[in-house]
Amino acid sequence: MNDIARTAAEPVRYVAKNMRLDLRLIAEMIAPGARVLDIGCGDGTLIEYLYRTHGCDARGIEIDMAEVTRAVAHGLPVMHGDADTDLAQYPDDAFDYVVLSRTLQAVERPREVLRQMLRIGRHALVSFPNFGHWELRWKLLWTGRMPNTTVWGRPWYETPNIHPCTIQDFFDLAAQEGYEVEKWLAVDEGGQRSPWRRFPGLANLFGEQALFQLRKA
Amino acid sequence: MLDCGTELARVQIAYRTYGTLNAARSNAILICHALTGDQYVAETHPVTGKGGWWDMVVGPGLPIDTDRYFVICSNVLGGCMGSTGARTPKGDNPGELWGTDFPPVTIRDMVRAQKRMVEQLGITRLFAVIGGSMGGMQVLQWAASYPEAVFAAVPIATAPYHSAQNIAFNEVGRQSIFADADWEQGRYWQSGKIPARGLSVARMVAHITYLSEEALTRKFGRRMRGASLAVFNDIFEVESYLRHQGSTFVRRFDANSYLTITRACDWFDLASDYDGALSAAFAGTRTRFCVISFTSDWLYPTSGNRAIARALNGAGANVSFVEIASDKGHDAFLLDEPDFHRALGGFLKGCADHAGLAP
Repeated sequence: MNDIARTAAEPVRYVAKNMRLDLRLIAEMIAPGARVLDIGCGDGTLIEYLYRTHGCDARGIEIDMAEVTRAVAHGLPVMHGDADTDLAQYPDDAFDYVVLSRTLQAVERPREVLRQMLRIGRHALVSFPNFGHWELRWKLLWTGRMPNTTVWGRPWYETPNIHPCTIQDFFDLAAQEGYEVEKWLAVDEGGQRSPWRRFPGLANLFGEQALFQLRKA
Repeated sequence: MLDCGTELARVQIAYRTYGTLNAARSNAILICHALTGDQYVAETHPVTGKGGWWDMVVGPGLPIDTDRYFVICSNVLGGCMGSTGARTPKGDNPGELWGTDFPPVTIRDMVRAQKRMVEQLGITRLFAVIGGSMGGMQVLQWAASYPEAVFAAVPIATAPYHSAQNIAFNEVGRQSIFADADWEQGRYWQSGKIPARGLSVARMVAHITYLSEEALTRKFGRRMRGASLAVFNDIFEVESYLRHQGSTFVRRFDANSYLTITRACDWFDLASDYDGALSAAFAGTRTRFCVISFTSDWLYPTSGNRAIARALNGAGANVSFVEIASDKGHDAFLLDEPDFHRALGGFLKGCADHAGLAP
């Protein structure tokens, strides 16, 4: 059998190094065998990884039907649903971790979504692009226009990111809602965790991505 | 013992199987057929000579892969393709049929009979129960009544209960049968006639509900058949199609059986057995579910299927839910819908992985 034919016959298995950075960081935070709900799971990359490598009971919700169909056809437990409306039906404490990766800034009611996450799960893992990054601040200051970067790549009138926030904003919200920040980290797009990681103020300036693990205090 | 309290002394269930049961008896899939379906899911129908009603889905290498799974499909209790129903003898006299004396059956009665049949095959746990439309109601009933006996459940294009609109369409069909003089108060089998007009009109009405407006427009539009201008001689193609559907249906289906089964659907309301809470029907379930609906299905629309998926979430169940984009209406689940077939096949493969079934 030649190489091409063999490649086509073998199912492509997920390789972690190809996984989006924030998903890889999230996976590192999740205990083996945990019950996980991934909100906005896309084609189910994270839930498949968690099932295969961590033995997790991982499930997903996704709003894009094409992604849902792809995930289900791949044998993954994913349901079509909306973070804003479809969390209310889950029973309390149904999951150990509820994951919201790069979706918080795109939901209608972020505060309510966080409340639901910590009702149905013991821990919430939330990643979001940090709007406080120096490049965004600089562009807004210098050009006087909505900043346009790799992370924030869509013009203001068609961005799905209707609720951008900064790392400092998120700390404030967690305090206001009475959530304990169990872990947090900020990284640049290359995944480097720099020396400023202990200082929220510096992280807010230099971190492009933020990841928080919360629980009810 | 039926839900209505009547006891049937002898019950016969006609079934067909495909594929091979493995040594552990763990690879069995039960397929539940819809209102006017039968056990001939993947082979030539003995009456019509047409291919199986799901031969695009069930077979070697297909989504329900008979190389891997042992597939069982039985005619429902109350049906007319060999299972006990209105057309089978009432007592020991083979000339005396049940007719309208056949007791009312429910979806739960059908499922109880299937459970007995499956047990007689020596299977205590089904790998999967799969069905569309009325078959989907049976799937839900299976998962609710025998959660330990169902590893995976796939209710397709179905509903948690029959809506007023569903009941209304069924009632038009039944009244049409009642209005046919040849029905003879249900004793037409004595004279050897069949209430063909009534049953075919029932089928025509029902068939409209199986298709979307878009599908009808695409298939027929306003095209005419015939050239004369006499009012009822030349007809719209859609009329001709429906008449054909009606007339072929009466050759294979029994009118009294149609009455029995449509009534069973009307009575279906799974939540009513659990104080109105659909979630409670699935409390503590470990069955893996995949709920599938179609965008243009207005008979059992996505809203009802989503309600099922949400109730399953409420019960903490493992549930996949996907709405397939199709303009073919309710019948889409029987037709060539590649996304649907991929989702169904993929879900089963994923479940087989979890169940530890050999590939």
